[in-house]
Amino acid sequence: MRRLLALLALAAGPVLVLGVLFVLPVTGMVSEGFFVDGSFAPGAVLEVLARPRVHRVAWFTVWSSGAATLLAVVLGLPAAYVLHRLALPGRAAVRAALLVPFVLPTVVVGVAFRQLLGEGGPLGFLDLDGTPVAIICGLVFFNLAVVIRTVGVAWESLDPRPGQAAAALGASPSQVLRTVTLPALRPAIVGAATIVFLFCATAFGIVLTLGGVRYSTVETEIYLLTTTVFDLQAAAALSVLQIVVVVALLALAARLRATPDPTAHRTVTPVRAVRRGDAPAVVATLVVLVAMLLPILTLVLGSLTVGDGWGLANYRALTTTGDNQALLVPVTAALVTSLRTAVDATWMALLVGVSVALIVTRRSHSVAERRVRSTLDGFFMLPLGVSAVTLGFGFLITLDQPPLDLRDSPLLVPMAQALVALPLVVRTLAPVLGGIDDRQRQAAASLGASPLRTLVTVDLPVVWKPMLAASGFAFAASLGEFGATSFLARDDSPTLPVVIFRLIGHPGEMNYGMALAASVVLAAATTLVMLAVERLRVPGVGALA
Amino acid sequence: MLQLTDVTVRYGDTVAVDDVTLDLAAGQVLAVLGPSGCGKSTLLRAVAGLEPLTSGSIGCDGADLAGVPTHKRGFALMFQDGQLFAHLTVARNVAYALKLRRTPSARVAARVRELLELVGLSGYDDRLPGTLSGGERQRVALARALAVEPRLILLDEPLSALDATLRERLAGDLREILHAAGTTALLVTHDHEEAFALADRLAVMRDGRVVQSGAIDEVWRAPVDEETALFLGYARVLRGTAAASVLAAAGLPAAPAVAVRRSALVVDEAGEVAATVESARVTPEQVRLKVVADGLGAIDAVAPLGTRVSPGDAVRLSVDVTRLAVLPIRPPA
Amino acid sequence: MHRPSVRAALTTVLATVALAGCSLAGTGDEAQDPATSSSDGAAAEAGGPVVLATHESFTLPKKLVRQFEAETGYELEVRAAGDAGTLATKLSLTADNPIADAAFGIDNTFASRPLDEGAFAEVTPTLTPPAEYALAEGGDRLVPIDSASVCVNVDTAWFDAEGIEAPRTLADLTDPAYADLLVTPGASTSSPGMAFFLATVAEYGDDWPAYWTDLLANGAKVVDGWEDAYYGDFTAGSETGTRPIVVSYDSSPAFTVTDGATTTAALLDTCFRQVEYAGVLAGADNPDGAEALIDFLLGDAVQSALPESMYVFPVMPDATVPADWAEFAPQPTDPYEVTPEEISANREQWLTEWTDVISR
Repeated sequence: MRRLLALLALAAGPVLVLGVLFVLPVTGMVSEGFFVDGSFAPGAVLEVLARPRVHRVAWFTVWSSGAATLLAVVLGLPAAYVLHRLALPGRAAVRAALLVPFVLPTVVVGVAFRQLLGEGGPLGFLDLDGTPVAIICGLVFFNLAVVIRTVGVAWESLDPRPGQAAAALGASPSQVLRTVTLPALRPAIVGAATIVFLFCATAFGIVLTLGGVRYSTVETEIYLLTTTVFDLQAAAALSVLQIVVVVALLALAARLRATPDPTAHRTVTPVRAVRRGDAPAVVATLVVLVAMLLPILTLVLGSLTVGDGWGLANYRALTTTGDNQALLVPVTAALVTSLRTAVDATWMALLVGVSVALIVTRRSHSVAERRVRSTLDGFFMLPLGVSAVTLGFGFLITLDQPPLDLRDSPLLVPMAQALVALPLVVRTLAPVLGGIDDRQRQAAASLGASPLRTLVTVDLPVVWKPMLAASGFAFAASLGEFGATSFLARDDSPTLPVVIFRLIGHPGEMNYGMALAASVVLAAATTLVMLAVERLRVPGVGALA
Repeated sequence: MLQLTDVTVRYGDTVAVDDVTLDLAAGQVLAVLGPSGCGKSTLLRAVAGLEPLTSGSIGCDGADLAGVPTHKRGFALMFQDGQLFAHLTVARNVAYALKLRRTPSARVAARVRELLELVGLSGYDDRLPGTLSGGERQRVALARALAVEPRLILLDEPLSALDATLRERLAGDLREILHAAGTTALLVTHDHEEAFALADRLAVMRDGRVVQSGAIDEVWRAPVDEETALFLGYARVLRGTAAASVLAAAGLPAAPAVAVRRSALVVDEAGEVAATVESARVTPEQVRLKVVADGLGAIDAVAPLGTRVSPGDAVRLSVDVTRLAVLPIRPPA
Repeated sequence: MHRPSVRAALTTVLATVALAGCSLAGTGDEAQDPATSSSDGAAAEAGGPVVLATHESFTLPKKLVRQFEAETGYELEVRAAGDAGTLATKLSLTADNPIADAAFGIDNTFASRPLDEGAFAEVTPTLTPPAEYALAEGGDRLVPIDSASVCVNVDTAWFDAEGIEAPRTLADLTDPAYADLLVTPGASTSSPGMAFFLATVAEYGDDWPAYWTDLLANGAKVVDGWEDAYYGDFTAGSETGTRPIVVSYDSSPAFTVTDGATTTAALLDTCFRQVEYAGVLAGADNPDGAEALIDFLLGDAVQSALPESMYVFPVMPDATVPADWAEFAPQPTDPYEVTPEEISANREQWLTEWTDVISR
């Protein structure tokens, strides 16, 4: 009982943060729909759920996100293997570059995809523009990096010996993969798939851009209902539906993850030379990389196009405010704002994320304690799965009174971004902390170390490098975050994605070119940050240099 | 049935296995004994097909194994800590290789029952590996390895993760099971007890090379040098006058060096060596003494149980010839 | 292995310290916090901050901001985020505790919602904009600032090259001669898309679904936003564009001028006029400042700057319009109209039906 109380006390901080920055705003916005003229009227909300259109929208969301998740996992696995287990030249650079799609503003990717897939584009003959296939491709493009990274890191630290034992027993490489390796990677795969699914299910811009408004997901529908139609009951109904589905999904994922995790005993398997048997995986990875590269290449070429020729004019223009002063601040200033915001978002996400990871991974001594921990684990994943529109408006109507008058605070944007990055941090750190043998902590305690000292001497040395990896991830997520940011950013200090969106929304050839150039700059900045993190990252996790 | 000819495995500039030639007849158990880092595990992995050879060849039943992938060699591999498949139950771990061969499920069930009985784990079918003790896990691993009657079983320190009592018991079982099944086995270990408990033949490996090989007792009786002797469990190597006096007391011709076990000097009224007891400790089998002997200095000795000696007592010691080994003269370097 | 890890740790620590210097937390935004500094009442007499809530397309050149601050003694802070619909929703939801002092960017398609919620206070600007832009209901609270008409645009260069006559009316667009040539942003996701839809409602009344069915049958393409349509599919806006007819603005032809002539044209018989309004928020901390700001927005300096900075036409008749605009971007004289009340009453049903029509 005392342990349980101590656990709850320890969890109080992060829970309070999430309570104020997430639960309160979402509840506030949802209850706008439940209360009609001041009286509680849930009937109208429930009636919405019976609409055929809502069913259609919910079904499309589930199947398109499901298909995109499946595809991302299927394409991501060989790449995770090749990029994390094989000694290929330039692995680090490729791994860093793979995060680029993750941070590109959807509007830019949308334009790039449409230039490829559109009627006059090089892939126009596929006739995919405006189809669900295009939406799914876009979603996969954005989320592949999540699968490759999460699964790749687990694969790095997977003990190869069970696979060798299986091979010696007569299992062919494909049988080893199916019967030993994939089951061992299941926790990592399920974790990655959960995150990807949540990202897909709440994707917004890419669905609208590539689906050509014919396809609505729950997220786009909430946006439409809230901002255009002002039907808050219907929006509340969809928000509740979204939360219920997300909670169910998280519960399912927790159950699937809760198998003995063979990667818990961290070993670092050295990368090995490529063999003939690796050919299919290497080829698949190359195909995936080329496919990922095409839209990016379109962007780069577009950014170098000046009039009918080539040049760097678009890049030189980044220090200006664009044609007809489309911007209040030059792109370079926005880049600085972006970086600074990302720094803030990163430390916030780390601060909360590390405490959450610590809380959810300590060994439970009772069933009640385990339940509390796994509930907390799921709770902190929620922000990924809940509509940014609901959250954004919720901020405005709930955080407007002292002492919580945050809506004018310059830290609101990094706070919102930190919420999005938090699950990434927790999912990166939890497996590492979970892998520390609790007896090491007990040994430290028996030698007279206080809990804090135990933390510093046992947990921190193991976790500080994975923590760098997590901060890189959080940093990238913050750099690219657009939904919440565009809603909350202040005009005098826009971030780079907001500026890019603005540039592309203003007529003028130079503005369009600058938008593409700015995207390339954003991508390059991300790659550099990730490369720096890669240099500091040890293969596998928990390995001490 | 297994022939290793001039096998060399190199990692970059490091030579892990250096020109090793070994033979293993069908039904035999060969132990490769050596300190950690001597290359024995690499050798085992090379036989399993997990490590490419730099040069040399490995043959099995007359066929060269070069280019035959691990899963087509028909061997079984058993690691130090079992390496069971954590997501499968005991029964499904054991049935793993059978299922790969599409064995009918009735036959699989029967074979699993038979094997679990053989390793003494009947009724453990539905347990997950995480719930088993170390010894139980090793038994399951053994059952899994034996399931399809491999032509060769490769054992990587199969007992060293276990505690002493368990190790002794499992060693006996393992030897019996291997002999009962007529399985040929290649074992690598750093523990001479494990090697003696399981193997018929021994190869001592050091710095990537096999320095001595032969039947267990041959190797044991005549280690090639001091390091080998110490590795095989001899307590010390005596030289010069000390060697001469021990050999003289044993009635053997003089030699420059002799390796002695702890029990080579025995308290005996009629013994030829005079000594003073420093300390005495009773063990279940004998009394262990530390003595200072004339011409030998401080050395270990034993006395039969029931002998009453205390520090300071003067005793006589005789030399047990079966517990020492004369070392050959080292050729000039 | 020890030394490199120490060095890595040092680098990390140094980098962290350097980055901490970059944080937004320490940049002294306290001075700009209007909520705390204006609530004591001192702000109103001695200038103080005026907060303007607006949408993301709003741009006011720095020079004009400085001019406003110098003339009035107020300090202007602009909060621009989200699209026009988002702004309207924000203002409606926070009617009892406004997020700013003044708002700009509520257009005639979104005006009735925040008005109904009581988000705006009455205002009497010093300058009077022409009556044609005034709202029938709420004209005492919302002041017109600019207008932009959404019209079908054609790539005249493309039509000349193909030797086909360009279309002129909405009805022409269903003519098989123009099959697969039109691209429009969606009514549900885009403000100009909505305006084009309203034009068709104004023209065809309750028969608009039939018109849209014909339009789609004739190969019209519906995309997400204006930028997708213009830069993704329009032949004059994109290298890979294949459609020479696009829904855009009456001012768009002024941006396709090469060698002294424009290569596109707006079809002036297909336009729906969007008027953007500004107002003082009810319960504002600084209502006087807000009113001064609205006067300034109506003043010649801002009015003449509107075309350059926001691609819209000023409402004040004596404001200067750029030469290219005067020459290449004529405004429609008789645009389609649908009242804000009618829009408000029917929007949900229209959009549901429209989405059904285009999803078929």
